[in-house]
Amino acid sequence: MDIIAQLTVFVLAVFLGVELITKVPPTLHTPLMSGTNAISGITIVGALMAAGSGGGGLVSFFGFIAVILATINAVGGFMVTNRMLAMFKRK
Amino acid sequence: MDTSHLIDLGYLFAAILFVLGIKGLTKPRTAVRGNKLAAAGMLIAVVLTLLHKGIISYKLIILGGIIGATIGVTLAKRIEMTAMPQLVAALNGFGGGSSVAIAAAEYFTGIGALQTTITMTALGITTMVGAVTLTGSFVAFAKLQELIDGKPMGFPGMRQANVVLVALAFILIFLLVKNPEASGYFWLLLLITAALGVLLVMPIGGADMPVVIALLNSYSGVAAASAGFLMDNNALIITGALVGASGLILTQIMCKAMNRSLTNVLFGVMAEGGEAIDQDEVYAGKVKSSSADEVAMILETAQRVVVVPGFGLAMAQAQHAVRDLADTLEANGVEVEYAIHPVAGRMPGHMNVLLAEAEVSYDKLKDMDEINPTFEQTDVAIVIGANDVTNPMAREDKGSPIYGMPILNVDKARTVVVVKRSLSPGFAGLPNPLFAMDNTLMLFGDGKQAIIDINASLKEG
Repeated sequence: MDIIAQLTVFVLAVFLGVELITKVPPTLHTPLMSGTNAISGITIVGALMAAGSGGGGLVSFFGFIAVILATINAVGGFMVTNRMLAMFKRK
Repeated sequence: MDTSHLIDLGYLFAAILFVLGIKGLTKPRTAVRGNKLAAAGMLIAVVLTLLHKGIISYKLIILGGIIGATIGVTLAKRIEMTAMPQLVAALNGFGGGSSVAIAAAEYFTGIGALQTTITMTALGITTMVGAVTLTGSFVAFAKLQELIDGKPMGFPGMRQANVVLVALAFILIFLLVKNPEASGYFWLLLLITAALGVLLVMPIGGADMPVVIALLNSYSGVAAASAGFLMDNNALIITGALVGASGLILTQIMCKAMNRSLTNVLFGVMAEGGEAIDQDEVYAGKVKSSSADEVAMILETAQRVVVVPGFGLAMAQAQHAVRDLADTLEANGVEVEYAIHPVAGRMPGHMNVLLAEAEVSYDKLKDMDEINPTFEQTDVAIVIGANDVTNPMAREDKGSPIYGMPILNVDKARTVVVVKRSLSPGFAGLPNPLFAMDNTLMLFGDGKQAIIDINASLKEG
């Protein structure tokens, strides 16, 4: 994909992000942060490619580190967000 | 259509689920479902990637996955709600670290092969932003966890040193683009940007942490998006952009709530404004110390009570005690609400999470704009561990360094009860005239114990 197409996707996604996030109420700002932490664990797809490439040496080493960190983010992020959100109740 | 198209379509689907997930977070009622949708998106992305023909060895993937999942599950289950700011800081750091590691792996995969200007630029930026996020977040974590002193730290010429480091980083990215095979530039870039992250966060003090955490959240998104450019992966670009935008908006909200610009927070020029105000002059002879019994007596005749929590509530773990007191009051027919200042606590929404943990209904948690007009009809405002966000000088004293910062107008309530350990100033280092007002009673002591005592004598009476 060429750089212009990539930039187009990026810029449109930023606008979408701004529209969405401004609607999140202050009460949910902490879960929002941990939730966005979790989805930024999407770097795991890059990590998997690097760790599984069989490249050896530094490539495998950094790929391995990336898999660990991205997994912590995704798993820890979604779980703690879920734990917090479950507490928000109205009576 | 071959597999790689299928995988890309799967990534698009995952990105859609992320967007719907964030959309769910716009209402407490739909938030849990939103989070689950996003998690499902992640699972789809991971499974599809594992099918990719480029993956020929699963050993490191399985090992790394097990280690990461174990750490993630342990953190998510064990963390105390009061420690959420630390956890988010750490997660920001892991996100940045993951992007850096991907950039490094990508660099050493392609080394010697033909690398284009665009991929090398993306690689340089990913490394830079990722490394700053990684080390900056861990300094923030250490400050919040009190492993190091939370006070601003620095040395003369620190700002200049940072400017030099940023300039060096850009020069190194340029050199790396021109000489992709020279790995020395890559390592040096990594080193310098890692140092930059430390130096950028060291001078920022405890109460400014909400801004820093939000900003590092944004950086972790930018790093992920940049890694997406590097790997030609739309899922990363879209997700990174969403996270980057989210962090940036939260940063803006936090800055606005302190009436300070981002540069002002980051480079801490706050203390320089205004002259030192003599604490004795403000407090001498005017501060009234009260007792739990006296406060309970006032609460007995109250009809409307507003609780104003601050970081002190988190420190004292007083959220459950507050909830118990509110239950007693509500059983007596008193209306109880909570006034939440945007920067109360150490991260955006910190107080809301704590009170939610104590099972306070979220519709009783009111934003500043909503609650401020109601203080005049409030019989008792109970301030627990909040200081600067209630300081009337921000509204009235034009010479004050905090002048213009939006505050909670607790001083308009008929009676103000301030639960606090001592008269020590808040983060801004200013005396708070609220404590010396005619309608203010100071209740000195540990926040949790004080609330428990009030509740006990209220029940007796």
